[in-house]
Amino acid sequence: MSLTGLFLISFLIVHLLGNLQLLDLSVEGQEKFNAYAKFMTTFPVIKIVSYLLYFSILFHAFDGLLLVRQNRAARPERYKSWKPNANSVWASRNMGLLGTIILAFIILHMSQFWYTMHWGEIGMDSQGNKDLAAVVIKTYQDGSAGMIMVSLYVIAMAAIAFHLWHGFASAFQTLGLNHKRYTPVIKTVGYAFSVIVPLAYAIIPVFILMAKN
Amino acid sequence: MDLKLKIWRQANANSKGELKDYNISDVSEDSSFLEMMDQLNEELIEKGDEPVAFDHDCREGICGMCSMHINGEPHGPENETTTCQLHMRKFKDGDTIYVEPWRARAFPVMKDLVVNRDAMDRVIQAGGFVSVNTSGNTLDANAIPVPKANADEAFNAATCIGCGACVAACPNASAMLFVSAKVSQLALLPQGQVEAKDRVLNMVNQMDLEGFGNCSNVGACAEECPKGISLENIARMNREYLSASISSEK
Repeated sequence: MSLTGLFLISFLIVHLLGNLQLLDLSVEGQEKFNAYAKFMTTFPVIKIVSYLLYFSILFHAFDGLLLVRQNRAARPERYKSWKPNANSVWASRNMGLLGTIILAFIILHMSQFWYTMHWGEIGMDSQGNKDLAAVVIKTYQDGSAGMIMVSLYVIAMAAIAFHLWHGFASAFQTLGLNHKRYTPVIKTVGYAFSVIVPLAYAIIPVFILMAKN
Repeated sequence: MDLKLKIWRQANANSKGELKDYNISDVSEDSSFLEMMDQLNEELIEKGDEPVAFDHDCREGICGMCSMHINGEPHGPENETTTCQLHMRKFKDGDTIYVEPWRARAFPVMKDLVVNRDAMDRVIQAGGFVSVNTSGNTLDANAIPVPKANADEAFNAATCIGCGACVAACPNASAMLFVSAKVSQLALLPQGQVEAKDRVLNMVNQMDLEGFGNCSNVGACAEECPKGISLENIARMNREYLSASISSEK
């Protein structure tokens, strides 16, 4: 869980940096994004990393499911009175629920953009690249469906934020990295990361929706 | 003070239990939680009812026997306190108090509030020891140099009384804090090095066989531990386990 989790965290940074280009909605900006999307889907090194990414997502999800099942089985009879907030934070106890929301979002997100980019019907821009920017803009600006998509996106980002709130520092603990000096730093960075990164992601579809004429 | 108690009653390991209501009056604020339970049991015996079975031994907070889940927390609301050291002044007159046994597949309920914690003993038997040659030329422990910091950490880990509150508090019923404390106390000392690899592999293996859950770093264990055992021990065990898994030829 920790190794795939840390790899997915590193993916979040790269994916965010690439997609922040969508904040430039001018024609040049869109074409720049399309050229970037073409590079990301065709450059061999990126392709290899992307297979590692698909594997990591699936492994992380299946392993998580397995852990939830085993952990539920480890306590067949529940407490009648149970005060978990006295000793732990909500996110740490609900990683399975949060992960399920995130997985559902990943499936939606990939069917909307990744599938369309590879095999779906997609127009071309003036540079001859697949016009992914137009697909993205249409998805988030298209009437009430666009509003729903933006809402789902923001909810998913909130789930990622809570997932990371626990998961970031937890990954280091699992790997045995616990140190009097470094662990407080890791925790602080983790909390900052879990707020800033999902927030930056959420800004993108909200910005696109608000940019609608 | 007068209290309303909701206590788990279960005749034996195979029967189905339930929470039963009891009223108790004139409880002294200065009595311990176990003394309050003694008072209740005396009343039950006088009435000809079956007293509530619960584990207890030293009543000094050092043996780890008392094991009640009180109002949703192991050993009740006080931090770093065993049930025997929990005083009734921490409750208010008229309070309703839930008293349940530890809940974990690895800790089957034997009767009322008594659970079987043999699983922890079997984890210790799997490797929580050092094999010492007793042929007559055994080196005195105090003749072996140990860095002060390591000695302190080992001692902190060794204060674990094996009560099982970590398992009871963990949403996954994981025994990682207990096992890691026992691995740590020996991993930090020179005497523990000889069997270090086998120890961590065997103890973790036994822990899994006993049906404890997995650690997801929730941290409830350390918060509820009556001895303040820290999560650093779990990280240390993870390091020990990782390096032993890579280098052990077993």
